[in-house]
Amino acid sequence: MPDATGLELLAQELGDAAIETVYFRERATIVVDPGQIRSVLQTLRGRGYTFLASLHGVDHYPEEPRLGVVYELLDMSRVDRVAVKLRVTPATPEVDSVVAEWPTADHQEREVYDMFGVVFREHPDLRRILMPEDYEGHPQRRDFPVGGEPVLFTRDEAKWLEHRE
Amino acid sequence: MEVKRDPLGIAVDPSTLRVGGLNAHQLLRGGELEGSNQPAHLEGEALEAYVQDRILTTTLDSAVAWARSNSFFPLAFGLACCAMEQFQTAGPRMDIARFGFEAFRASPRQADLIILAGRVSIKMAPVIRRLYDQMLEPKWAISMGACCSSMGVFNNYALVPADKFMPIDVHVPGCPPRPEALMHGVLKLRKLVQDDPEAGWRERYDAAGTEEQP
Amino acid sequence: MSPTENPPLSAYRQREQSITLAAVENPPPGGDGDTTQELLTLNFGPHHPATHGVLRLLVTLQGEIVRDVKPIIGYVHTGIEKTAEDKAYWKVIPVIERMDYLSYYFNAMAYCGAVETLLEVDVPARGQYLRVIHLELNRIASHLIWLGTAALDLGAVSIFLYCLRERELILDLFEMSSGARMHTRYFQVGGVIEDIPAGFDRMLRKFLDVMPGRADEYGAILNSNEIVLQRLRDTGVLDAQSLLGLGVTGPLLRAAGNPWDLRKADPYSSYEDFDFKIPVGTVGDNYDRFAVRLAEIYESVKIIRQALDGLPEGPHITEDRKVALPPRHELATSMEALIHHFKLVTEGFRVPPGEAYYPIESPRGELACFVRSDGSSKPVRVHMRDPSFVNLQALSHMVKGSYIADMIATVAMLDPILGGIDR
Repeated sequence: MPDATGLELLAQELGDAAIETVYFRERATIVVDPGQIRSVLQTLRGRGYTFLASLHGVDHYPEEPRLGVVYELLDMSRVDRVAVKLRVTPATPEVDSVVAEWPTADHQEREVYDMFGVVFREHPDLRRILMPEDYEGHPQRRDFPVGGEPVLFTRDEAKWLEHRE
Repeated sequence: MEVKRDPLGIAVDPSTLRVGGLNAHQLLRGGELEGSNQPAHLEGEALEAYVQDRILTTTLDSAVAWARSNSFFPLAFGLACCAMEQFQTAGPRMDIARFGFEAFRASPRQADLIILAGRVSIKMAPVIRRLYDQMLEPKWAISMGACCSSMGVFNNYALVPADKFMPIDVHVPGCPPRPEALMHGVLKLRKLVQDDPEAGWRERYDAAGTEEQP
Repeated sequence: MSPTENPPLSAYRQREQSITLAAVENPPPGGDGDTTQELLTLNFGPHHPATHGVLRLLVTLQGEIVRDVKPIIGYVHTGIEKTAEDKAYWKVIPVIERMDYLSYYFNAMAYCGAVETLLEVDVPARGQYLRVIHLELNRIASHLIWLGTAALDLGAVSIFLYCLRERELILDLFEMSSGARMHTRYFQVGGVIEDIPAGFDRMLRKFLDVMPGRADEYGAILNSNEIVLQRLRDTGVLDAQSLLGLGVTGPLLRAAGNPWDLRKADPYSSYEDFDFKIPVGTVGDNYDRFAVRLAEIYESVKIIRQALDGLPEGPHITEDRKVALPPRHELATSMEALIHHFKLVTEGFRVPPGEAYYPIESPRGELACFVRSDGSSKPVRVHMRDPSFVNLQALSHMVKGSYIADMIATVAMLDPILGGIDR
């Protein structure tokens, strides 16, 4: 990870795209403006972070803007990692897709769309990947219920038998 | 859709089987059993004929049942972690081939035992149902592991217990069940097919009426 | 008549020799060179003997040549990450272990590492070495199943049984150290849950003595099998640059020539103490992937032997009672131990708010765990960056233009584990 000063220098290079930097437990995170994610990633690629290790979503409920997308970048020659984060609201969930420059983002963006509802513009094939195609709802949002079946005990047998009739 | 719980038609009414056996004793001793539809008093030739009738039928049925139970063709169907233990059951140590069940068929048309090994997600449930429908009668299903028997470790939106969409004959608990446990389940199914279902602990503890049958 | 004379030809043989294979006069539409050939889309359904787990492939074929592959996944989606949000940190471990179900120790390691980073808890040296031993044993077990099922797909059925035989030895070792064969909950936050019992050392050494010889046997059988060689050599080739663009790591990347291995590049859990090599391929075809994984088995044996020889004394889990359960004998004498035990078991420890991303080298590539905490005793978000999920995207690039049989071999060499892909 770049240390705290390296992180600040990186953020300065990104200019107004970088909203905030977080350096916690030796992990560098830059929170960026969602509209400029592609140029941010290109700049970081120019600085050596050529490998997109992971693209995943986070739900910051109840803080707004709640839907976050995290891009984990890796510099293989210096063994350096930096994370780029952006946050959108469910009302305006559009983010530019980075598949054109980073082919690894294909399935991962589909997963973020499926689980959180972030819509990636210009993604070649944005549809649900893990849930059935016609599923409604975005399961990994914090206000989506965990769901599940009630455990059927024998002592409740009478109750669920009468439900069947 | 209607799910037939008794495709073989062998054990139409479990009570009459035992009762049938008892009835012969009763007949021979001249007693009468209430609620049964067997002739109460037979003498001599009629009795002999009646008993011979029963013996032959039962022998043929049980011979067929014995053949079926000793040659399950499991469907090669593994979903998740339980599939790894299913492999180990087919492996050299806990050898499922000792019992004759090593012919794992790839096609459901050729299989008669589906061992649901692993967690059944809602996307997979219709696929499994289709596979089960494609199997030919007689067929049996073993639900291996906690996830398909109940919801297992994960009680959430994504999973379906197998009982909800297909009839299961034997549930094998465990996460994942050891190969010995799976073997125990398969052998229990074998006994079931041989028309000799073990009540297990219910016999020992005199808890005969506590099964969860509807 | 003597054996050297040609016997007179039977009627059948005469007929056979009278047939000439001449060029077909009116070839059906769609022969070679016809650009308007019909494309057939075939469904390699979720239930298929050759797709590892419930992977569904929509294959667009032109004759036998694969023009496009679309993997459809989600058939074993278990909502593990959602379930993990609902549970205390240590209760997440059994749930998260069941993700990539062949490398369960790796799942637990990534998650425990992330939580330890957030808590700033140090794992004692003995705990680290024990973790390394179990991780490398799990790596061997995972590669054995890969080898068995891959050889099964290629037609070499007996290798499957041999690999299962070796895996039984490893599962016996796991059972010895933790009580369960799979999904053992052995790794806990701060170390391992229990020290290894007496006799583990001896049994492990017996296994280590036996394993390289067995791996030699598998190599000998498969390397002299013409069919396997023809199916694996020069099939499914993809160069390292495309693989990096697709985010592929692990043996697939190493087979293409890039020696990226997190155990050497960014060592965790005292991997820097061990001396081992990274097998690297040259061409990037299926044969190299096979050879790299087979060679990794030997390297893992070396690592385990070094770890066992150098196993330090000391605690196996962190002494910080706010994170790790106190040993049971202390509960009888110490009030604080009792209180800690109670707090840890009922509520669990609280983790300071923040995010952590902990990557490790699993048998399939970079497995990482992202944990976000908000100061309570339950994680807010647990995400596993699973290598198979990312590696699967490379499949269509690898098999475009090759035959179906090559696609089967490539899927086998890709080593996808659907539990990790679908989570």
